[in-house]
Amino acid sequence: MIDALLPSALDLARFQFAFTVVWHFLFPAFTIGLASYLAVLEGLWLWTGKAVYLDTFRYWLKIFAVAFAMGVVSGIVMSYQFGTNWSVLSDKAGAVIGPLMGYEVLTAFFLEAGFLGVMLFGMDRVGKGLHMLATALVATGTFFSAFWILSANSWLHTPAGYALLPDGRFVPEDWWAVIFNPSFPYRLAHTVTGAYLTTALIVGAVGAWHLLRERQGRFARRDAGMESASGARMTASTGTAAAGHGVMSGTVPTEPAPHSAGAERGREASEAGPNPRARLMFSMAMWMLLIVAPIQAVLGDLHGGNTYEHQPAKVAAMEGHFPTERGAPSILFGLPDAEAGETRMQIAIPNLASLYLTHDWNGEVRGLNDIPRDHWPTNIPLVFWAFRVMVGLGLLMITLGVAGGVMRLRGRLYTTPWLLRAAIAMGPAGLFAVTAGWIVTEAGRQPFTIYGMLRTADSASPIALPAVATSLAAFVVVYFVVFGAGIWYLFKLFQQTPRPQEGAPPSGQPIRTAGITPAPSAAPGAAPAIQPAE
Amino acid sequence: MEEALTGWAFWLPLIWAVLIALAVFFYVCMDGFDLGIGILFPFMPEKAERDVAVNTVAPVWDGNETWLVLGGGGLLAVFPLAYAVVLPALYMPLILMLLALVFRGVAFEMRFRAENETQQLWWDRAFSWGSMLAAFMQGIALGAFVQGIEVVGRAYAGGWWDWLSPFSVLTGVALMVGYALLGACWLLWKTEGPLHTRAASLAWRFAVATVGAIALVSAIMPFLQPAFAARWLSFPNLLLAAPVPLLVAFLIWRFFHALAEDTGHGGMVDARPFMLALGLFALSYAGLGVSMWPMIVPPAFNIWEAAAPPASQGFLLVGAAVLIPVILAYTGYVYWLFRGKVTHESGYH
Repeated sequence: MIDALLPSALDLARFQFAFTVVWHFLFPAFTIGLASYLAVLEGLWLWTGKAVYLDTFRYWLKIFAVAFAMGVVSGIVMSYQFGTNWSVLSDKAGAVIGPLMGYEVLTAFFLEAGFLGVMLFGMDRVGKGLHMLATALVATGTFFSAFWILSANSWLHTPAGYALLPDGRFVPEDWWAVIFNPSFPYRLAHTVTGAYLTTALIVGAVGAWHLLRERQGRFARRDAGMESASGARMTASTGTAAAGHGVMSGTVPTEPAPHSAGAERGREASEAGPNPRARLMFSMAMWMLLIVAPIQAVLGDLHGGNTYEHQPAKVAAMEGHFPTERGAPSILFGLPDAEAGETRMQIAIPNLASLYLTHDWNGEVRGLNDIPRDHWPTNIPLVFWAFRVMVGLGLLMITLGVAGGVMRLRGRLYTTPWLLRAAIAMGPAGLFAVTAGWIVTEAGRQPFTIYGMLRTADSASPIALPAVATSLAAFVVVYFVVFGAGIWYLFKLFQQTPRPQEGAPPSGQPIRTAGITPAPSAAPGAAPAIQPAE
Repeated sequence: MEEALTGWAFWLPLIWAVLIALAVFFYVCMDGFDLGIGILFPFMPEKAERDVAVNTVAPVWDGNETWLVLGGGGLLAVFPLAYAVVLPALYMPLILMLLALVFRGVAFEMRFRAENETQQLWWDRAFSWGSMLAAFMQGIALGAFVQGIEVVGRAYAGGWWDWLSPFSVLTGVALMVGYALLGACWLLWKTEGPLHTRAASLAWRFAVATVGAIALVSAIMPFLQPAFAARWLSFPNLLLAAPVPLLVAFLIWRFFHALAEDTGHGGMVDARPFMLALGLFALSYAGLGVSMWPMIVPPAFNIWEAAAPPASQGFLLVGAAVLIPVILAYTGYVYWLFRGKVTHESGYH
């Protein structure tokens, strides 16, 4: 009895993979979009020459450096885990998925890692044009990375272009068919778009938070009768960030005049209305949501249709469909019960599932009861609920985008507190939606690693239970400590008010724009530099 | 079985064995010196010195570590059987190495984000202890690997503590010492003033320790497996293998000579100890290759037995032939871009 309750080495290995990959993907889900956003900002700066783009670029570059570092180290773990924990899968499918991951390393990882250094530290060493190229190459690298790893992942869902040897190994026969396997284009489009939305929601939330805080500060000041011509910008809580910024400029006394603290303040004081960098962030994010969130809904529907074709059991679990029916309902909520073979307490819209799955009001939709039980996903309620979380968040994103569009038309985009609050609340929605989406597709792939071909139970390494238990415990502790601290620092960065000449480059000097800004306490000698302008 | 192998089935595994070996060697050289800097942290009491030391590698460490992914990911692609046997066999050391790399990788950014001295101290520890543990575990993995891996069928058949032996602990310490030497020589090259002086004296000490470690490991190696003894200690082979230890002796002589030069003012003379230390690593690595050849999972599988089919190896080779030279070119460009001494005043704040 007791034995039946304890997890097996296989369960722990699965949980370890799920835990490490969910943590890992939080970072690329954010940085894939952020790399492109940075390239757009830098491009706009070069094109228009407007400082607001460069200022915003620098603000997000620091954040990118921290998030990217966490993505890299958690990603290295993934590249080894196929061997440490899933060696039978590696032996059997390595000849097919291995080269795809090999191409990921060769086309993406080196490109990102090589030019990240230039992007973070090289502005003054290479000049504007080459720096723009470095930023663009990093962004391209993140896309190549997504391309190859999603191709490998998709092949495991919809294997194609292979031959099966008598000893159970998969060997490639047609690389084009392997790479562009049936689910890959859909998964790639849906995932990359999801990453872009994730970034837009975070950028929008940060912009909204600063707009809202500045607004509240302004009202507080006016109420207290303290309004002055130039003093509007600094609330008590922004003091720290301002001091840190002052230290940056203060460390290089030879800075040319346009970058000097005095000129900055002059420019900032002359800015009319709310913080232009926060406005830019919020505005771009709202455009992105308005246009891309509905596109994502369409892409998701197409991806679902593709899944219905190749993995009907997964879609049946997502929908909570047990019986096969014509005119199948779309179940909004319910309690799927795999034992009983039914979804209890349904709230459903008649015929809707038939419409979007078969594009026919009375089309026949296959339910789980027509699929052999040993092909059913092992955790149907998880697939069912994760799908609802993803779709629900997606609908909220569309709503937020539309609300932003309406307020923009009315000229109140930056001044509507409820909209700003909604954008802040939706900040992490992309991360949750992307995670939920991966849970749908991966829990829905069970009980197979190579869909229909190789069972998860037959894929794991011959590792003893205590070894897997130990490594899992170590991963849990280390990830919560290290990435928890990393996320805490990210929030600290989000809290810094985006200012003009964020981390201004002292010309002629090598610069560490990204991570390396000494905290005020760490560089007391530089502190006086902020005094004269006050 | 080799008579059956002709054409691509013979050449592709051979080419890929060389490429994977090169990727691992690039990793050892490049991440070696930045891990070495973490190992040397306890010898740098001043925060300002540690900042400079980290800043010498900040723009390049990420690229350095990517070679580890190429080594691992490449193995899955072109020698999946080796990947599927060796990684479970080295489960614990590899997991610990990966976790250590997590700590030190994020510490690069975090130690400059720290808001007070306590946080700074802990991120410095994360960087330093992470670097030490990663180096030690890589050395243990290497030692356990050359000692041999128990295989039944196509799977690892040993226990989960097999990797721990006196020899693997020795190789673990040896690699830590060697990385510390690379780190010291790198700092000697890239810094000036007191940190440079300190790096030079550390290079002396760790060079002596590295030479001792090379001698000890080399003395034990031939007796680990009969095949190794046959390679090193029987007659005609001895003549072919002899140049390796002789060249090691020559490089050690040149190294101490270079260290005695007046360094710290820039120029090639500052780079020479680092280059010679890399030479020592290259020769030790070559010596390892002489012992192992052509086994990829000693003593069970050679490179042809573990190879992916030519369709896989050939497909990735096309890309590698184009992309690896490009990668080396832009990696070289980035190093060139950040050339010269790094000082506290000039930068990288």
